[in-house]
Amino acid sequence: MDTELILKVYPYFLEAAVVTIELSILTIVLGLICGALGATARLSRFKALRFLGAAYVSFFRGTPALIQLFLLYFGGPQIGIQLDAFEAGVIGLGVNIGAYMTETMRGAIIAIDKGQGEAARTLGLSREQAFRKVVLPQALRLMIRPLGVNINAQIKGTALVSAISVVELTYTAQRYIGSTYKPFEMFFLAGVLYLVIITITGKGVAYLDRKVRLPA
Amino acid sequence: MGLDFSVLPPFYGTLALGVLWTIAITAASAVLSFFGGILLAVIALYAPMAIRLPFRFVAWLFMGTPLLLQLFLIYFGLVQIGIDLPAFVAGVIGLGFHFAVYNSELIQTAMIAVDKGQMEAARTLGLSRRQALIKVVVPQAVRDVIPPIGNNMIALLKDSALVSVIGVSELTLSAQRAIGQTYRAFEFYAAAAVLYYIINLGMEAVLRWFENRNRLYR
Amino acid sequence: MSQAFVEIRHAQKSYGQLEVLKDISLNVDRGQIVAIIGPSGSGKSTLLRAINDLDPLTGGEIWLDGVQVNKALPHRQYEKHINQMRQEIGMVFQHFNLFPHLTVRENVTMAPKLLKKISDKEANALAEEQLDHVGMLERIDYYPAQLSGGQKQRVAIARALAMKPKLMLFDEATSALDPELVEEVNLVMKKLAQEHMTMIIVTHEMDFAASVCDRVLFMDQGVVVEEGPPEQVFKNPTQERTRNFLRKHLEGAK
Repeated sequence: MDTELILKVYPYFLEAAVVTIELSILTIVLGLICGALGATARLSRFKALRFLGAAYVSFFRGTPALIQLFLLYFGGPQIGIQLDAFEAGVIGLGVNIGAYMTETMRGAIIAIDKGQGEAARTLGLSREQAFRKVVLPQALRLMIRPLGVNINAQIKGTALVSAISVVELTYTAQRYIGSTYKPFEMFFLAGVLYLVIITITGKGVAYLDRKVRLPA
Repeated sequence: MGLDFSVLPPFYGTLALGVLWTIAITAASAVLSFFGGILLAVIALYAPMAIRLPFRFVAWLFMGTPLLLQLFLIYFGLVQIGIDLPAFVAGVIGLGFHFAVYNSELIQTAMIAVDKGQMEAARTLGLSRRQALIKVVVPQAVRDVIPPIGNNMIALLKDSALVSVIGVSELTLSAQRAIGQTYRAFEFYAAAAVLYYIINLGMEAVLRWFENRNRLYR
Repeated sequence: MSQAFVEIRHAQKSYGQLEVLKDISLNVDRGQIVAIIGPSGSGKSTLLRAINDLDPLTGGEIWLDGVQVNKALPHRQYEKHINQMRQEIGMVFQHFNLFPHLTVRENVTMAPKLLKKISDKEANALAEEQLDHVGMLERIDYYPAQLSGGQKQRVAIARALAMKPKLMLFDEATSALDPELVEEVNLVMKKLAQEHMTMIIVTHEMDFAASVCDRVLFMDQGVVVEEGPPEQVFKNPTQERTRNFLRKHLEGAK
């Protein structure tokens, strides 16, 4: 292990890690928004909305995120969408993970016993009130862990934007592998940083899950 | 520059070849990840500490870092230690090992869930621990994890697009080659998306058929 | 020194401070049928499971037909030895433990094919013979999940018999069964008794024990409290603890 080299290049990796963190936060926030909208559409009373939600999930989960990203970044200009690489990365990956989050959220909502909604309705709550006051609070608790899995995947998923030359961790590692011919050292450096980000995020999710969990 | 899908037909052959390579790399990696996953699960549960711990560490490393980064490591790392593999082989090793780690987590859970009495019953018949694992515990665990492993394999199909960056001429790289000649990114990436979608549907159908077939013994 | 067919000498087992078997000795002759009764936690299942070393003893010896089962050997050799011994000791569990991924036929033939290297043809003949013996021949290609509890247990018995064991151990073989299914399993066990199979049976069923066994052991808190022919142990127990247990048990049965 060439520690001298590692000490020399690590500041660049730290800078790149900041970009990875930014990308992660933005894509996850966008993903959560898309997920909430998608789940609402999938569970809607209106057939057209349900169809739209299903089509969204099916396309984005049925094709590679890399292709979606290329389609948006390289193909976008042909249909009047001009984005720089970072923007394309955030939008492309955010909408992609949103499709997975749609299914996570929908799964949590339908896992709540039907009797819960019915009980609320018999008390006189409207459909919307029953959902907001009774079903959703329970479903939110249930979806934290699986959303954590989506988030974990997305942090690693940000590496894809290296393919459209966004200077984040994987791009930086790849460039230094090319210039130093030290793949193990560069992998080690980038790997440690990814693991730090993922471990901290994982702990955060576990903490949140513990905090809101109902007493057994 | 608007859209003009008439640029596609001259490249049908290129795309078709890309589809074949995508299916080939997915199938080869899937097989590797399946048997690798079983092996890793058995090691994680039954190997002595000295073997288990390093494997545990590598698994942790592979679950916490991006696949793309791992592909670079395997492709360039192997070259550095003097093993110059074709990109396809490096891609299969990278994808296969990555998903083996994930499959192994599923298989471990399933192996633990196989009733303790199963091992006991096999041992009372005189089977060694290893025979009991191979004949009794692993087959049951594997059948229990076919649905989630199938989902991993569908994820593998989509992640196989990543091996285009190390130069495997699968569907994504084929589309890129066509774009290099025509500058028609949207049309070709859209075509690639449709083709991936169709392969994806095919895999889902196979998985469902497999699940139904295996329902009997429950 | 003349030796009994099965000999348990000074069996002792403890988990840390807790002593579950305290110096138990027992001889069983070839063709004899011994029932072990006692309250739960008395150590009767532990003793049975020590005979084929599923729960290894912490002290004492187990002998079968002149060979020590729990011989002190280096790990690798011991594994070989115990696998060999277990082929000669059949065991039937409370919860059947049939292999759910194998058909009835495969459940019976798996071990003989693997360990005795018999051909497919011989294995099939063996499966048919053993399943016929327990009245399960017509279900030979079913999966365990398609059978009732009683049927499962009969298959489990056939599976054990297919290894041609010298000794059969039954660990509460009918305890997990619905009452109406108990009899079919008891009938199979009676049939084995008539064929002079050597059997050690841990059971809750006093009537069954009384009707087929040559000898009954009453165990409590890790020791054999009383031992003798069934008519003596059940009708005229000499020990207070035995009387208490039998009385409670009879009340429970009513």
